[in-house]
Amino acid sequence: MVLKNKKLKRFSFLLAAFLSIALATFFVLKALDEKIVFFYTPSKLFEKEEDKMQYIRVGGLVKEKSINFSDDGLKVNFMITDNKNTVNVMFEGILPDLFRENQGVVAEGRFNKEKKIFMAEKVLAKHDENYMPPEIHKALEEEK
Amino acid sequence: MLRKLHKYANPNKFSLIIMPIKNVCLYTALPLIAIGLIIGLFFSPPDYQQGETVRIMYIHVSSAWISLFAYVLIFFLSVFYLIWKFPLFVLMAKEIPFVAIIFTLITLITGSLWGKPTWGTYWVWDARLTSFLILLFIYLGLIFIDKAFKYNVNGDLSFSYLSIIGAINIPIIKFSVDWWNTLHQPASVIRASGPSINIEMLIPLMIMSTGVLLLFFYLIFTNIQSAIAEKKILFLSSKD
Repeated sequence: MVLKNKKLKRFSFLLAAFLSIALATFFVLKALDEKIVFFYTPSKLFEKEEDKMQYIRVGGLVKEKSINFSDDGLKVNFMITDNKNTVNVMFEGILPDLFRENQGVVAEGRFNKEKKIFMAEKVLAKHDENYMPPEIHKALEEEK
Repeated sequence: MLRKLHKYANPNKFSLIIMPIKNVCLYTALPLIAIGLIIGLFFSPPDYQQGETVRIMYIHVSSAWISLFAYVLIFFLSVFYLIWKFPLFVLMAKEIPFVAIIFTLITLITGSLWGKPTWGTYWVWDARLTSFLILLFIYLGLIFIDKAFKYNVNGDLSFSYLSIIGAINIPIIKFSVDWWNTLHQPASVIRASGPSINIEMLIPLMIMSTGVLLLFFYLIFTNIQSAIAEKKILFLSSKD
């Protein structure tokens, strides 16, 4: 019985140690929540108070029929939406292959509050959790 | 019941028991990996968005799962060691990081190669990628602690405690894509509403993962056997 108690003691010590570390980690992550998110949605972007042109990321879907290329084809202007708010994005450079209407994208750059334009320096495409062959995707689209 | 298991805690016996299991693992793993790779690389369909780059997933996802599974194994072996004080537990746990770190590296490298054509970047500091990089450093830390205290009971204890502290990272890796918005996509296979991956892609992924898991067991069993042999030599040479 004494032996059993010893093991129980060790177990409870480990459990207590593990729980306290988990709790500490939880609070740290909770406090850093704002910093850990990879991008802000357009709604979050407008909520932010800061005036200075911070280097940030904004993510959402590319709004339908919002993509406009400049005449020389280098500059592109499109809108990122979270289905509540939209933000206008200007970008000059190479877009990822997955960039298209209704695709999840993340733009890195600075937000100009007065002009309400997001000047992107980099655009990343987001992939979703759905994996399927092209034929099945086509069939699903036709069903809609 | 537990008493009956005690005889397997004898390292010599254990070494003999795992010998045939180890070989079964290897000779099942190799054909499974070969079949998985052939189906994955040549016969599975491309993805509607990623196209052919989706094939990297068969290697990336299976090694990512093994990296996480290996850590869960280390964690439980460490906890058992700290409670029951059987040296065999920590001996096994200490052999895992060497193998697991290779799978972690494979995951990071293949993920990075996939990221460039899909996302447009090799690396970003989002929650999933960063927490997985931390896993690599935890494995490195565990390896260094093992090297620093070789053949010392303090080393066994430090190793076990460190591995328990590092275990906090595992749920963070798994749920990072749900808790924060990340560039990495959410889980496609192990999720509440069932897999969102087409069956034609799921089958080669499962074959690959089973193969890689068995290969992982073969590798750690081999390491454990040599660790037991090493201890025996050390014990015998300390006698004269």
